[in-house]
Amino acid sequence: MPRYGMVIDLNKCNQCGACVTACKLENNVQIVSKENADMGRAMYWMKMLDINYEGSYPEIRPTNIPMLCQQCDEPSCTKVCPVRATYKRDDGIVAQIYPQCIGCRYCMANCPYTAKVFNWLKDEQPVENEKCYNTDVSVRPKGIVEKCTFCIHRLQKAKENAKSEHRKLEEDDYIPACAEVCPSNAIYFGDLDDPKSQVAKLVHDYRKFTLQEELGTKPKVYYLSAKSE
Amino acid sequence: MNDPQYIDEDEVLFRPIYETSKSFYILAAVLVVLLLFGVFMYVRQLVYGLGVTGMNEPVSWGFYIITFVFFIGISHAGTLISAILRLSKAEWRRPITRMAEVITGIVLIIGGIHPIIDLGRPDRILHIFERGRLQSPLLWDMTSITAYFTASTIYLYLPLIPDIALLRDRGGKFNKLYRILSWGYQGTEKQKHVLERAINILMVMVIPIAISVHTVISWIFSMTLQPGWHSTIFGPYFVVGAIFSGIAALIIVMIVFRKVFHFEDYLKQIHFNYLGTLLLVMSLLWFYFTFAEYLTTFYGHEPTEMRVFLYKFIGGYYPFFWLMVICNFLIPLIFLTNKKLKTIPGILVASIAVVIGMWLERLIIVVPSLANPRLPYPTGMYIPSLTEVSLLVAASSAFILGFMGFSKLFPLISIWEIKEGREESVRVVSERLNEYLPSKGHIRK
Repeated sequence: MPRYGMVIDLNKCNQCGACVTACKLENNVQIVSKENADMGRAMYWMKMLDINYEGSYPEIRPTNIPMLCQQCDEPSCTKVCPVRATYKRDDGIVAQIYPQCIGCRYCMANCPYTAKVFNWLKDEQPVENEKCYNTDVSVRPKGIVEKCTFCIHRLQKAKENAKSEHRKLEEDDYIPACAEVCPSNAIYFGDLDDPKSQVAKLVHDYRKFTLQEELGTKPKVYYLSAKSE
Repeated sequence: MNDPQYIDEDEVLFRPIYETSKSFYILAAVLVVLLLFGVFMYVRQLVYGLGVTGMNEPVSWGFYIITFVFFIGISHAGTLISAILRLSKAEWRRPITRMAEVITGIVLIIGGIHPIIDLGRPDRILHIFERGRLQSPLLWDMTSITAYFTASTIYLYLPLIPDIALLRDRGGKFNKLYRILSWGYQGTEKQKHVLERAINILMVMVIPIAISVHTVISWIFSMTLQPGWHSTIFGPYFVVGAIFSGIAALIIVMIVFRKVFHFEDYLKQIHFNYLGTLLLVMSLLWFYFTFAEYLTTFYGHEPTEMRVFLYKFIGGYYPFFWLMVICNFLIPLIFLTNKKLKTIPGILVASIAVVIGMWLERLIIVVPSLANPRLPYPTGMYIPSLTEVSLLVAASSAFILGFMGFSKLFPLISIWEIKEGREESVRVVSERLNEYLPSKGHIRK
């Protein structure tokens, strides 16, 4: 069984935010109206997290890192779900079952990374956006929790393709939208248990760290720290 | 009903059932309107989604969960206090137990509905039975609340049976209902014995269930990794807070009904003095827990914990935090330790302060922890919307309406227990006292 993981090289990341938009379109994440976004209900599965500011306004230089569900090996969200609407798959992906979620938001309260988003309401989507929905991903109704799934639908597709071609699933077959779109190739994705894969090598890099290691959630999203100038 | 045969010494306890004043209807109408407005706002929330509330990210729990914890806390008034007083054979309990038990019943229904109001998809509530995970604290919660509700309604109902039989024998309205509910109780020796046994078993059973309920509710919070929630003393802290707010609510209810239904002969200054002392003890205990909780946080000085700590003490929530300390500690301390202020109005002021303070305490526990997540997010904010406020008002009106409804069906003070007390207590208590005291003939020289 593979164990999918991601490595984000902050040295290469130029904070362009392409991963954020790619994720939003790939997964049909709801576009929230401005008033609701101002209230703190903007929905992102992948977002840019400001971790530092240099200088003061207007010459401010924020440092931010791409932030997504950390796909923990010991997830705290799946523990508390009363109806098993979120669970860890055998391949390590922490998945959501949308038709099962009752919307109690306990998983959101227990996620130390605040990675989960809730469909507070259904805003009217721009017409252009509705035309280009990704048909592989269901559009979630209001009142349920959702989050990054490592583009699990792509894995499904890749598996079926490989099966129809009578071959095994190869590393390049399955890659999430954010990793695919990254212009500076800062996001690596693959099987952490496969010693030949790039991510398995990168997680032994001396620059590697995970967010809030001390909590023991064992995230499968690794970061490579930026070298200070 | 006007038959002189039935006019007995406790007539004043029967009167609310048969006589309804005009102001009762006016108040009931106002409360029904408030309740219906709450229902309307909830239907609106069902249609538009939880976006009509003030909740957001990261503050994903708000008024509903706060009110839920608060009301379940109030429910401890009841059964627990009445069970403990019965168990310890405190004679002054007799006019109090019924009202305490009624509080529990009504408040558990209202509190129990709140998590469902809070759900994004209440239509899927049955998933909890179909595919519930017992590993989730929410399931523990549901289990213990339903167990508590079952036990406490039976515990309310059993001591009610002799009174229902009295009402049945008087005839008049609702006679059919009373006939069914009284189960043919005639007050024979055997029936009395069985009833007493059943009450005794239940009263012992109800105490651990009651404590488990609020412990489990605190575990919803303390089982998470959130700063400010992940604390080992949350279980007993919540239980103490629950009993604290419960006694305050009980005192308020007693004072109101004493005034409205003229129960002055039954609820005397001494009852309020005893309950006031109990309230003071709980207030001190509450302060002790709060102090221990925050001192350890402050001394440890862990950055994520300190963010929540400072948010409460000097940050966005400081008015609520300090108001809570004033309401829960200073006001009860001033009013309940001073002999001049420990009158019935004084105790009422302290009780109202405690109820407000305990609601604020739940607010202080739920929101600041969510507003300050571990990662360096901008601090969240939470302003309740009209929907949430109107549902809180609706819940409070439902509580009052429930009591008003009960007062029109059943006596608010246990009549048979009063009669029993009058007939037997003096003898039983003096016999008991003689058992405690060293007997005269045994003084050794």
